[in-house]
Amino acid sequence: MLQIESRPFARDHDLFACVQCGKCTGGCPMTLKTKLNPRSLILRLLTAGNGFDLEPFPELWDCTTCSTCAKRCPKQVSPMEMIIGLRSAIVEKGAVHPNVKAALESTFRHGNPLALPREQRGAWAADLGVKHYTAGMEYLYYVGCTPSYDPRGQKVARALVALFSKAGVDFGILGNDENCCGSEVRRLGEAGLFEMMVEDNTGAYKELGVTKMFTTSPHCYNVYRNDYPKNGVQVQHYTQILAGLVADKQITFSGSLDKTVTYHDPCYLGKHNGIFDEPRAVLKAIPGLKLVEMDRSREKSLCCEGGGGRMWLEGTNPATRLAMMRVQEAVETGAQILATACPFCVLMLDEAVKTLNLEEKIQVMDVAEMAAQAL
Amino acid sequence: MTATDVSKPAALIIGGGIAGIQSALDIADAGFKVYLVERSPSIGGRMSQLDKTFPTLDCSACILTPKMVDAGRHPNIELLTYSEVTEVTGQPGAFHAHIKKKPRYVDVDKCSGCGLCAAACRLTGKVSSDFNAGMGKRAAVYVPFPQAVPLKYTVDPNECIFLTRGVCGKTFKCKDACTAGAINFDQKEEFVEVEVATVINATGFDVFDATRRPELGYGVYPQVITTLEFERLASASGPTAGRISLNGNLPRRVVFIQCVGSRDVGLGAPWCSRVCCMAVAKQAHLAHDRLPGAEITVFYIDIRAFGKGFEEFYDRVRHEGVLYRKGMPSEVLRRGDHLVVRAEDMLLGEMVDVEADLVVLAVGIAPRKDATQVAEMLHLRQDESGFFAEDHPKVRTVESSQPGIFLAGCCQGPKDIPDTVAHAKAAASAAMILLAQTEKAMVTSYAAN
Repeated sequence: MLQIESRPFARDHDLFACVQCGKCTGGCPMTLKTKLNPRSLILRLLTAGNGFDLEPFPELWDCTTCSTCAKRCPKQVSPMEMIIGLRSAIVEKGAVHPNVKAALESTFRHGNPLALPREQRGAWAADLGVKHYTAGMEYLYYVGCTPSYDPRGQKVARALVALFSKAGVDFGILGNDENCCGSEVRRLGEAGLFEMMVEDNTGAYKELGVTKMFTTSPHCYNVYRNDYPKNGVQVQHYTQILAGLVADKQITFSGSLDKTVTYHDPCYLGKHNGIFDEPRAVLKAIPGLKLVEMDRSREKSLCCEGGGGRMWLEGTNPATRLAMMRVQEAVETGAQILATACPFCVLMLDEAVKTLNLEEKIQVMDVAEMAAQAL
Repeated sequence: MTATDVSKPAALIIGGGIAGIQSALDIADAGFKVYLVERSPSIGGRMSQLDKTFPTLDCSACILTPKMVDAGRHPNIELLTYSEVTEVTGQPGAFHAHIKKKPRYVDVDKCSGCGLCAAACRLTGKVSSDFNAGMGKRAAVYVPFPQAVPLKYTVDPNECIFLTRGVCGKTFKCKDACTAGAINFDQKEEFVEVEVATVINATGFDVFDATRRPELGYGVYPQVITTLEFERLASASGPTAGRISLNGNLPRRVVFIQCVGSRDVGLGAPWCSRVCCMAVAKQAHLAHDRLPGAEITVFYIDIRAFGKGFEEFYDRVRHEGVLYRKGMPSEVLRRGDHLVVRAEDMLLGEMVDVEADLVVLAVGIAPRKDATQVAEMLHLRQDESGFFAEDHPKVRTVESSQPGIFLAGCCQGPKDIPDTVAHAKAAASAAMILLAQTEKAMVTSYAAN
């Protein structure tokens, strides 16, 4: 039994506003593969009296927090936040999957969810001569956990450093002093740990005198922009700055990339934050590149399943993978490159390409990598 | 001042849709003078764009056109079409209004409405027709629709090659074609000033911009249209002469989606638009009627069939085989040469992909985009919604926040045609009280002098 007091929960999450129209479930990407039904969960919570058992709902952990449900709800209910809230109740009772436990513990101990040592966080940049951030620099480049530790992610971070150094952007990184932003911690429902991380990071950035920062990952960008308290620090996703540099001709491409490319909108960049045009503007500026669109683009982009803590959770139906469907959709456009701008998306889509044996046909690249290649 | 002037105080009516026309006719029939100002080239408004009306299936034009014609030739109504009110000052019983008459570049006294100019125009069949909701094409010199009142041509200043570029070939095609010599590019805007005792604001509504729900694919897929566009497709005077077809093809599967831009708190349109449930029922009936064998599905949240004969009509279309499914579709996707509407069928509790050749979005009634400018000009209060605020929601729904200025029709909030006509008649009645009082005061003061 994972009993929660459903009445105060329903009130806190404004579930009484729901008119049971089903728009949330209708758009939920998980309905393509699992039992997750946000609409019926809301009704169950509302009609449960004051006790609701979460045990029969393992699909709560399927949610990728892509935000489609919340964005489309005509009554401004957020089924996504409801699910995060229900996860919190489960986390409080300690009844979580061992992977989740490990990721949360590692974040607490090592400042990253990957169980990798803190002192290796900055190793990816050792040979690049990137400055350590000091007060007075224009930007703090917040690299993030995946781009710091994962070999595939590191390529993106290195490309970004090459690009911004070339353009003369004044930025520094924190290296081993960088700490996880807590985005996934919050989405896995560990509200207490997240609060602590917000305090630590906010204090650290304040002490360092950070006024502007940019991130590799839309997830980090989103958490700083929307979940951290407003503290005057301006945060941007790198594609926003890059699009500006391209528009102002501070970055010009002398090379070319004679490829057909389709762009996959990461949920945390597109749906969550409305950044659809900047990555496309960068791609369109690369000589030779032909950009084609998938049917599911922009607000309808199909989630890769990497968000909401799903990097550590298989979910209730691991056999069917949205990333594989997404790669197929990209292949159907005739694209040779599937571009995106999120480390999680890169990893999920890359893996799907390999599983589908489509490496000859299509390649997954981050916008930063493509831009760096065309310099 | 002459005795005739004294005995006839006047009303200013802003907006020549069914609300403005009805108010004008009632006031004029009662013997008062009316200035009916309409910013487009013809009176008629939204109702003129509709095909059939629910629930009786009366032809909209057949009901409206006689009223338009009456308004056009009523001795007490002065039509000021293609004109805009720019300023209103004064007080109840004594308002002073400035009206801008935009140049039609056509001398209305000479124009016989023959259409030779439009046939000759270099842009014939190239300019998107607002009246046909962007689906039909017209020339740069045009009448919006054949029953227009007045039936006088207008040169579209945003499209006409001469007016936009300063030159249109060696010679003016329209001018050469016009046997009446009515085309006149030297026309300038004119201002008229009128003294009126009362004002009725009947500025109508805009339809919700469906691109604000991008997941539904409006503007992306040509097979996704709005209910207003459907009206034009279904109308005998529309671009397809009443054939419900897209690029010549008759759809076999039609899906209607209710509540697009209504009951939507997230997009700042929390109100029910009141007409969509029945408009869709009517359109589903028309689709059933004109597309034999077609599968017709309506997705809805709740069906609101509250008016006289409405529930009966809802029963009728279901009997005809229209399938109603409870659930708000979340997205429209492309699958091969057709579309798929993805929704949770709420009552089955299951996800459904419904294939469609035509998807019709029941777009809601929204305040006019420039309602705030009108509100500032007339010093009227708007609701949070953006519609004009009535003085009391129960007992003073035609009185605006400004004494002497009344509201008629959808500018105050969504209404169907019968409610609009009733509201307009109520506004006329309220205005006539003031007109009668003003007349009495004028006569008394005239007698005293």
